[in-house]
Amino acid sequence: MKVLVFIESDEGKIKKSSLEAVSYATEITQDTVAMAFGDLESSELNKIGAAGAKKVLHVTDSDFEPSNIMAVSMAIAQVFEAEDIDLMVMAKSSLADPVSARVSIKIDASLVSNVTDLPDMANGFTVNRSIYTGKAFAKTRLTSDKKILTIRKNTVPIRENGLDPKIVVFQPYSKGSDASVKVMSQEKTSSDILLPEADIVVSGGRGLKGPENWGMIEDLAAALAAATGCSKPVSDMDWRPHHEHVGQTGVKVSPTLYIAVGISGAIQHLAGVNSSKFILVINKDPEAPFFKAADYGIVGDAFEVLPQLTKAIQAAKG
Amino acid sequence: MKILVCITHVPDTTSKISFVDQDTVFDKTGVQFIIGPYDDYALARAVELKEQLGGSIAALNVGLAETEPTIRKALAIGADEAIRINAEPKDAFFVAHQIAQVVKRGDYDLILMGRESIDFNGGQVHGMVGELLGIPSVSPVMHLDIEGNVARLSREIEGGKELLEVALPIVAGCQEPIAEWKIPNMRGIMSARSKPLNVLDPFEDEQKTVIENFVMPAAKSGVKMIDADNVGELVDLLKNEAKVF
Ligand SMILES: Cc1cc2nc3c(=O)[nH]c(=O)nc-3n(C[C@H](O)[C@H](O)[C@H](O)COP(=O)(O)OP(=O)(O)OC[C@H]3O[C@@H](n4cnc5c(N)ncnc54)[C@H](O)[C@@H]3O)c2cc1C
Ligand SMILES: Nc1ncnc2c1ncn2[C@@H]1O[C@H](COP(=O)(O)O)[C@@H](O)[C@H]1O
Repeated sequence: MKVLVFIESDEGKIKKSSLEAVSYATEITQDTVAMAFGDLESSELNKIGAAGAKKVLHVTDSDFEPSNIMAVSMAIAQVFEAEDIDLMVMAKSSLADPVSARVSIKIDASLVSNVTDLPDMANGFTVNRSIYTGKAFAKTRLTSDKKILTIRKNTVPIRENGLDPKIVVFQPYSKGSDASVKVMSQEKTSSDILLPEADIVVSGGRGLKGPENWGMIEDLAAALAAATGCSKPVSDMDWRPHHEHVGQTGVKVSPTLYIAVGISGAIQHLAGVNSSKFILVINKDPEAPFFKAADYGIVGDAFEVLPQLTKAIQAAKG
Repeated sequence: MKILVCITHVPDTTSKISFVDQDTVFDKTGVQFIIGPYDDYALARAVELKEQLGGSIAALNVGLAETEPTIRKALAIGADEAIRINAEPKDAFFVAHQIAQVVKRGDYDLILMGRESIDFNGGQVHGMVGELLGIPSVSPVMHLDIEGNVARLSREIEGGKELLEVALPIVAGCQEPIAEWKIPNMRGIMSARSKPLNVLDPFEDEQKTVIENFVMPAAKSGVKMIDADNVGELVDLLKNEAKVF
């Protein structure tokens, strides 16, 4: 089985979730090829080898910017043929969604997204995927010869012991362009840890009373190198930006640790966090429904507990 | 402006999910079905665009007869006609194929969908439909305006947003705050009864994935409560059990 991994990067840094996808592929085969786009230093490309890929196809032609989804999809379809790929693995993301969908049509592949574990290949090819916004899983068989998976975070640990890969510049032979799609501008918070990528997320809810109190959330997040999130009312009231809101209608996260402060734990919020490995809930109401979904709980006033916790973590980390 | 809005018929967001027949069939007992929340945003924006620019809205669902109350609700909210492809929505590819065939026959300028369905959460159908038709697809879209033949839209990206201009026709996967959900009023509900709901046979039968069975998540082993005056104990657990630092 030959496996292709689609690599995403952000400001010259390869995303951790993409390295996880490489590690995932390497659990399936010794024959992993990765495909990366744009300006990337060889030290970054070597991380792909460390995660297990033997070969990296590097597309440096700027017509294949990742936002150029139709062109990128075409380039991937070409690699499927040139390298005789059976399976493509990619980390689930807002880029992976359209790219995987388009490539699946071009090459007539079975596509399953939100995959949560390694495939069972004993009898055909089946995977578990998360459905009903994390409330259940579906064991799903891929019936076509060619297959594509988009995987959820925390599916396998990231490998770091592989060798430097063979790096080959890949020039797609035709430029399928998105001439009709023009990017006019981009606004991005660049310094922050991206929420869907984060290993730890600290989220605040309406219990924090107002945007002026977010310093406490940010301090705890900084102490843990975590990303910050929030509940829906918090973004509805513009206390925090929309892309931070977690849940059914927001971002779905699956970090190692999710910390919920002053969030009641409505079913629509839980839907976005229930695949977190550990959940810590801090709420002054012992009856808050979130405690039922938690691993650790503190009943207390966030305004008192948070500063103490931040200090204790700083001390423990030295 | 001819707008097609693709709607799903899905369990209400507060539903408890369970399965029967050795976990092979979704248990619909007591479950309230709704228009997918993101599809509802798409529909609401379609109604606003029609008010502004004129034209017509068709609502489309791929599903069996059980989805008709949900489709009628879309008519009550403001769609002019509805199409139901009479088939079980077997997988994203099957659904995308049906939608693409409808678009080819109906010559739509704008195909609006939700960012994702809340039953299968694939976020796949828009990209597939775009590819099948050879046109761009953009998702998740937070603002959408039409000027002549051009759609101006903003799309959420990780950690921010992006403004795009795209020539029509396009497929857009919508999410808030593109429009406020619309609640059908009495007049809408009355007129929905007489609006056309055309039932079509599915276009050729293809699917590329098969669900073998469903699995419920493992139950949490129970929460460890820690005294608010003893954050040290929590820090120990985070360090030695959760191993986050
Ligand atoms: C279709 C639909 C989709 C939705 N999607 C989402 C979604 O994606 N994400 C989402 O979050 N919500 C979503 N919601 C809303 C959801 O139902 C809840 O209303 C929302 O999650 C509540 O937010 P909250 O917990 O911040 O606020 P509240 O429910 O008001 O809870 C505040 C909590 O803070 C606690 N508190 C107050 N003061 C303190 C203090 N000093 N210290 C500690 N704790 C304190 C209170 O005990 C309470 O538990 C959706 C709703 C619908 C209908
Ligand atoms: N059975 C269906 N009938 C009509 N539209 C659908 C159907 N399934 C999915 N869609 C549309 O495709 C979008 C994305 O769905 P999905 O790829 O399943 O997340 C939904 O929000 C709908 O707009």
